[in-house]
This record gives sequence, structure tokens and C-alpha cells, in this order.
Amino acid sequence: MRSFSSNEFLFLLGAMRWTVVLSLIAFALGGLVGGTIALLRVSSLGPVRLLAGGYIQLFQGTPLLMQLFLVYYGLGLFGLRLDAWTAVVIAYAAYAGAFLGEIWRGCIQAIPRTQWEASASLALSYPQQLRYVILPQALRIAIPPTVGFLVQLVKATAVASIIGFVELTRAGQLMSNATFQPTIVYPTVAALYFTLCWPLSLWAQQLERRFRVGAAIGRTK
Amino acid sequence: MTYVFQFGIVFDRFDELLAGAWLTVRLSALAMALGLSVAIVCAFLRTAGPRPVRWIVGAYVEAMRNTPFLVQIYVIFFSLPSFGIRFDANEAALVAMVVNLGAYATEIVRAGVQSVPVGQIEAGRALGLTRVQVYRLIVLFPALKAVFPALASQFILLLLGSSVVSAISAKELTAIANTLQSTTFRAFEVYIVVTFLYLGIAVAFRGLFAAIYWFVFRRGRA
Repeated sequence: MRSFSSNEFLFLLGAMRWTVVLSLIAFALGGLVGGTIALLRVSSLGPVRLLAGGYIQLFQGTPLLMQLFLVYYGLGLFGLRLDAWTAVVIAYAAYAGAFLGEIWRGCIQAIPRTQWEASASLALSYPQQLRYVILPQALRIAIPPTVGFLVQLVKATAVASIIGFVELTRAGQLMSNATFQPTIVYPTVAALYFTLCWPLSLWAQQLERRFRVGAAIGRTK
Repeated sequence: MTYVFQFGIVFDRFDELLAGAWLTVRLSALAMALGLSVAIVCAFLRTAGPRPVRWIVGAYVEAMRNTPFLVQIYVIFFSLPSFGIRFDANEAALVAMVVNLGAYATEIVRAGVQSVPVGQIEAGRALGLTRVQVYRLIVLFPALKAVFPALASQFILLLLGSSVVSAISAKELTAIANTLQSTTFRAFEVYIVVTFLYLGIAVAFRGLFAAIYWFVFRRGRA
């Protein structure tokens, strides 16, 4: 029987790499989806807004685990033979897209109406208004909550272990089964997640404080 | 696409799914009530407790908020028994949900507590109320009112996150779905129905929270 020693710890560290990789890919693709959703949410066309709103409601109103199952089994029905990686990446991109879309929509709408009106009166087209006036300002306030969401995303990747995707949590299960020492293995897994998430949390808090101070100074000017 | 959907099989055994959904609802509701209680106590200790207590509560909150719920469940279900703390699957699920929600809700309630004007607290102290009395009689109600929307969305996140407790075979909705799909081989149909059951439960809880907000915080006391 194996016992939990440095080799086993290294195995967990190696698996942590996949947690990081999955988080980054999900964040990148989710960012694309989320950016699109956010823009559709502030579109001037009613049905488009409704559709994007429905997307957000659907993905924020159902469990991530169900979304994973549906993508995993569902796309197979269309004749696509998916390996676990593809299914997981698609599901997480859709999930992250819904949350980022909602966060960024809030940031775009936090920009005062007068900014839109002023840029319209300068004869900027809608894309130009977004590109030169609205988005640069929205981006600033979007940074702290986006970093905060990254923490949520890293933690959410643990759920992928349930459909057999080998990342940190799944590796912990395998180790626990091999060593019969869940007492050590799972707290170690938790501690590894903590080392990933805590710095991000602190960073998000610090950004939030800094931007709040910035905004306060902006108001007094 | 040549696949033929067969929802009939799923609806034949719909009563099993409903039983699972009922356990999900009970687990979540209980966890919300207990988690909020934990949060109300911890938010007090975090803001007004002695320094070491404040530090411990802070550590608890950070530990829970920076590790995945699934890993917390595994620690509670698989690691704690070595210390003589044993739960069956449903109990472990409930404990994990309470402990997890308690931490998030502590931060939320604390934000509410800090939104109460200091003058009110000083006024209470000047009237000779103890710290606990000030917290209970003056601070708590407006604090909860201020953060109620944030609490409600955290509760919904808990409800949706509860599907993960199927991993330790607590017999809630997702676990029933897993059993059903492995006996009917109609995975997609089962999971799509269950997904919409979750959506329905989430919408129902949102309605309930709106009603609670209306009756508790709007009516009578301003």
C-alpha cells in the first residue's frame, strides 16, 4: 500500500496544473462569450436583449454540474464524439460567459447616460461610441469583479472531476483511493486550492479598494 | 440527426425525481436557515468580538471562500471520520452546505452591519444597552434589509451548488438523476428534465425571497 509522501504530493501538484490550464482556457473562451453577451444585453434591439438575458438566466439558474452532463451527453447525440476535454471546455466557456456577461453588462450600464449622449452629439457611430468612450471607462470598473469571478471559476473547475476530468480534485480522489489516507489527502487538496485562490481574492480586494478611491477622487474634481 | 428522444421513460419515473427534488428543497431550505444563523453570530463576532475571535472567524471565512465546495464536502465526509466525527451522506451534505453558506453569508451580513450609521450604535450604547443588545435590537434588522438581495442570490447559488453533494451519494435530485440515467440509458433526456426542475426550484425560491422581503422588510417598519 502506498502512503502519502512527497511523491504523492508531487502528483497532486502536477494535477493542479490542469486545474490552472482549465481555468485559463475557460476564462479566455468565457471572456469571448461574456463580451458578446454583455454587448447584446445593452443592444438597442429588444429581442436581442431578451435573448442574451435568457442565456444568462438559463446558465445562472441551473447547476453547473447539469450543464456539464448536458454538454457531455448532449453533443454526442449530434454525432460529435467528444472527449472529456472538449466537453468540459465548452461547458465552462458557456458557464463563465454567462457570469462574465452579467458582470460586464453592469459595468457598461454603470457608465452615465450622458457619456453616450455626449459621444452621440460628437457624431460618433455606435461602434465608435463603444470603442472610444464607453468601453475604456467600463473596462476600468470591470477589473475588480472580473478578478473576483476568476476565484469562483477556479473553484468551479473542481466539479469537472465528477465527470472524470483529471484535475486537482480528481487527483485527490485517486490518491485517497490509493493510499487510504483521506485524512491527509483532502485537506492537502483544499490547501492547494487555497494557495491558488487566496492571492487572487486579495488582489481583487486590493483592486476594488484602489478603484473605489480613484472613483471618489474623480467625483470631487 | 437520427437520435429519437424518449421522454416517456423519464416521466414514467417522475415520482422518483420529485422525491429527489423534495430532498434538495429541504436540504437547501434547512441549510439557508442554519447558514444565516451562523452568519448572524459570526458577523457579530467578526465586528465586535475580541481580537483572537475576530481573527478565527476571519480565517474560517477565508478558508471557505477560497476552496471548492466539492473539496469541502470530501473533507467533511471522508477526512473527519478519522477524528471520530461521522456523518451519513445526507448529514454530511447538510453540514457542508451550512458551513459553506455560513462563511459567504458572514461576509454579506458584515457588509450590512457596516452600513448601519455609527450614530445609531452610539445612541444604543448611550442608553445603556449591551453590545449584544445593540446588535440584536438596533443593528441587525436594517443590516439584513440592506443586504437581503445579496443574501438571496447567495442562497440560490447554494441551491444550485447542492447538486454537487450527489458526489457523496446523498439521495437528492442529481443523485436520483444519475441512478435514473444509468438504468434507462437516456442520459440526455433525464438531465434536461432535471435541469429544468432545478430552474423551477430556483425560480420558486426567488419568488419566496421576494415575498419574504415584502412581508418582513417593507410592511410595517419602514
